[in-house]
Amino acid sequence: MTVNYGSRRVVTGAHYGMRDWLSQRITAVLMALFTLVLLAQVLFGGPLGYDRWAGIFSAQWMKLLTFVVFISLGWHAWVGMRDIWMDYIKPAALRLVLQVATMVWLVGCMGWAVQVLWRL
Amino acid sequence: MRLVDAVKYRLPLAGVVSILHRASGAIMFGLLPLIIWLFDMSVTSEISFDVFKSAFVAGIGFVPGWLVKLLALALIWSFLHHFIAGVRHLWMDATHNVSKEFGRQSAVVTLVASGVLTVALGAKLFGLF
Repeated sequence: MTVNYGSRRVVTGAHYGMRDWLSQRITAVLMALFTLVLLAQVLFGGPLGYDRWAGIFSAQWMKLLTFVVFISLGWHAWVGMRDIWMDYIKPAALRLVLQVATMVWLVGCMGWAVQVLWRL
Repeated sequence: MRLVDAVKYRLPLAGVVSILHRASGAIMFGLLPLIIWLFDMSVTSEISFDVFKSAFVAGIGFVPGWLVKLLALALIWSFLHHFIAGVRHLWMDATHNVSKEFGRQSAVVTLVASGVLTVALGAKLFGLF
């Protein structure tokens, strides 16, 4: 069995299953609701050109909702990708590198997405 | 158990949905910059909106248009499968409906629904109708 305490403790494990299980589901529900809200706005309201598409995201409430969804996406993808690394990558050093790369990737993408959103 | 014995086991449909849920999530994670780039181009200005539209025809840089369409189709499938399989999870969490039979039936629904929608949207994307 994996040593899970002391100096030989696995530093790239999770150890907090319930919180991640719950956050995975809460972020999923938020993203699913966002999908329905966006879909409703796309489908109803006439022909979809640049003006209407950009207009959907320029409403302040939609900006806030989209922002929350970006954060949810980053968190959700973090939990999911970490699960993948934990299942398939056994050496701690490589797993740590991949986990850090995942964080950098996700935080970078979220920063970009927020920038796009907030200059509208 | 030897490997030759292991390959005799067939993955049940619920297992197929499970591994595809993981694969589709990984695809979307990997293509996240493309998603944000498309979002960026589509909302930033009318000029960038034209760049967004031409990405599916003329391509992006050295990436040809057909490949952009193919990547978009991969994203469409990934999103649909991940979404429906996720709702299936939430449904089982909420109702505790975790029988073997429900697992199989809901797996069939997930695979068929995501498959049919992907074909329909893919046909639209590639201009078949």
